[in-house]
Amino acid sequence: MIGPGEVLSGNRSRVLMKGNEAIAEAAIQAGCDAYFGYPITPQAELLEWMARRMPEVGRVFVQAESELGAINMALGAAATGARVMVSSSSPGISLMAEAMSYMAGSGTPMVLVNVMRAGPGLGGIGPSQSDYFQATKGHGHGDYRVPVLAPASIGEAVELVATAFELAERYLTPVMIVADGILGQAMEPVELRFRTPERRTFDWALTGAAGRPPRIVKSIDLEPEVLERRNLALQQKYRDIARHEVRWEGWQLEDAEFAIVAYGTAARVARTTITKARERGVRVGLFRPITLWPFPTRELARLSRHLKGILTVELSSGQMVEDVRLAVEGRCPVAFHGRMGGMVPTPDEVAGALKALRGKAARK
Amino acid sequence: MSLETHATVPGESVAESRLIYRKPDVLLDRSTHYCPGCGHGVIHRLLAEVLTELDLPPRTIAVAPVGCAVFAYDYLGVDFVEAPHGRAPAVATGIRRVRPDAFVLTYQGDGDLAAIGTAEIVHAAARGELITAIFVNNGIYGMTGGQMAPTTLLGQRTTSSPTGRDAATMGFPIRITEMLAQLPGVAYAARGSVGSASMIGKLKVMIRRACQVQIDGGGFALVEALSNCPVGWGMTPQESIEHMNGPVTEAFPLGVIVDRTAVDHAVGRTIAPAAESAVDPTAED
Repeated sequence: MIGPGEVLSGNRSRVLMKGNEAIAEAAIQAGCDAYFGYPITPQAELLEWMARRMPEVGRVFVQAESELGAINMALGAAATGARVMVSSSSPGISLMAEAMSYMAGSGTPMVLVNVMRAGPGLGGIGPSQSDYFQATKGHGHGDYRVPVLAPASIGEAVELVATAFELAERYLTPVMIVADGILGQAMEPVELRFRTPERRTFDWALTGAAGRPPRIVKSIDLEPEVLERRNLALQQKYRDIARHEVRWEGWQLEDAEFAIVAYGTAARVARTTITKARERGVRVGLFRPITLWPFPTRELARLSRHLKGILTVELSSGQMVEDVRLAVEGRCPVAFHGRMGGMVPTPDEVAGALKALRGKAARK
Repeated sequence: MSLETHATVPGESVAESRLIYRKPDVLLDRSTHYCPGCGHGVIHRLLAEVLTELDLPPRTIAVAPVGCAVFAYDYLGVDFVEAPHGRAPAVATGIRRVRPDAFVLTYQGDGDLAAIGTAEIVHAAARGELITAIFVNNGIYGMTGGQMAPTTLLGQRTTSSPTGRDAATMGFPIRITEMLAQLPGVAYAARGSVGSASMIGKLKVMIRRACQVQIDGGGFALVEALSNCPVGWGMTPQESIEHMNGPVTEAFPLGVIVDRTAVDHAVGRTIAPAAESAVDPTAED
């Protein structure tokens, strides 16, 4: 295992690291002031890395009594303008949903990592993407959204940690990074492209009302007219995010007749399927959303005009596929292939689903 | 800041008078949403006086609860953050850890602190977080219309215990301050009351002590303030005071429950090792 000292020594530009550890170190390098966590598989290494490293660099680490405790500590620290992160896994995210709603409502920045389990309920620890609905359609109560970033490699996860802090502080919102058991626990060579986003000054941060009027960080206003204005401002923020922050990657799409839409680990399986299919002359490419919210709706809609069919592959029963269908609006057939419970489809399995879709498109 | 300020005010007769008592500036000039006869206003006032006397408002970051005191930030002129129901001690922990120079305060009711927020208060206390918790116990969920609270007395009728709290199905009232006092991280825990002028004076001493403990780095400090809820209890304000000074105080005895700091405030350092819990087992009766 790579020790923190080696990571920081600058002697290596490429190291072998676990995803959970790389995400943790990326947060430290991004200037994370405080981390609050609670043990849960498959993200425990992230907490452990922070437990060791945060005190080393003179920052704050607290192991909380629960995920509720952890995220509310983050809420308090973030309300003072500190750069904060929490991490957990599906059942823990359910508990964190309450405070996430409060933070969205009060406009408090935070980065939250969900290394997903295979739910519902307790959920297995195998790789899964069964929290897409939770991440993109709502965790807590109320009219709010949070940007959701989905890396497909450990290197990309490192980059997206800094991006997540930037988005959180630019738009004053919680930002979620979703990974799965493979991304969290597998090791792969990582280019250590750490980045420290510039510090902003916050005119709302609680620092003690010395020489200025008191500040209040809150989500509620008693007057319905005022509370509606607060909500309208939130919705404007979400429109701005949707306009400016959509991220996706296209691969082999230039001449494609078919596309596989997949994110995270599922997109890596799809790449192998596409490489093999291309060898057989099948013109298929990959459309990989990096922001699950805002979903690249317009980009996928444009692409779908030139396609004979789309196959969506997920480690779930089919959650993102609903957003794919909303984007495509019937312009071409949309098929789905998924596995659950911690199972990962093989490239051949995906190839089979692609073949069935091609057959269906040909009969049309 | 001394409250015995000599003020010169326009107007001949007033100019010669001596101001001996004034409202602290940190208590804002707003009418509150509290019901007539409610004790929250008195406790806000005491807190404002103590903060002012200890020169704390410029560095105070307070955490507001969910419940009757949800809008405490509208009445106390310090930096405030809203916490989800019961989570104030965790929120305060986060503030404390990133702002070591701040004075960190939670203001919570009995539903907030002794029911939904038990995990957060127990663990903040166990960690000995340098925060001061003001715990207002009026034995009822007031904001939602008078339902049974964890501190509701046996036999007490509420909208959710319409035939009276029955231990067999609704459990016993919780003395959470005594529970918390067992934890070594708790430097100071006391229970006062707003039941009379002299009790209010004693309560202020407790609140001042709980704030001083944080300033001295002594550990977690909590003051439980017994308070009345005339509307929720279905009583006149006068009846509610009598009820509070009778059966409520019998169930929740007043006094300092633990003080482990034993700080000599003249020299500002600990002069004695942590004392064991001062809970008196005979106080059960």
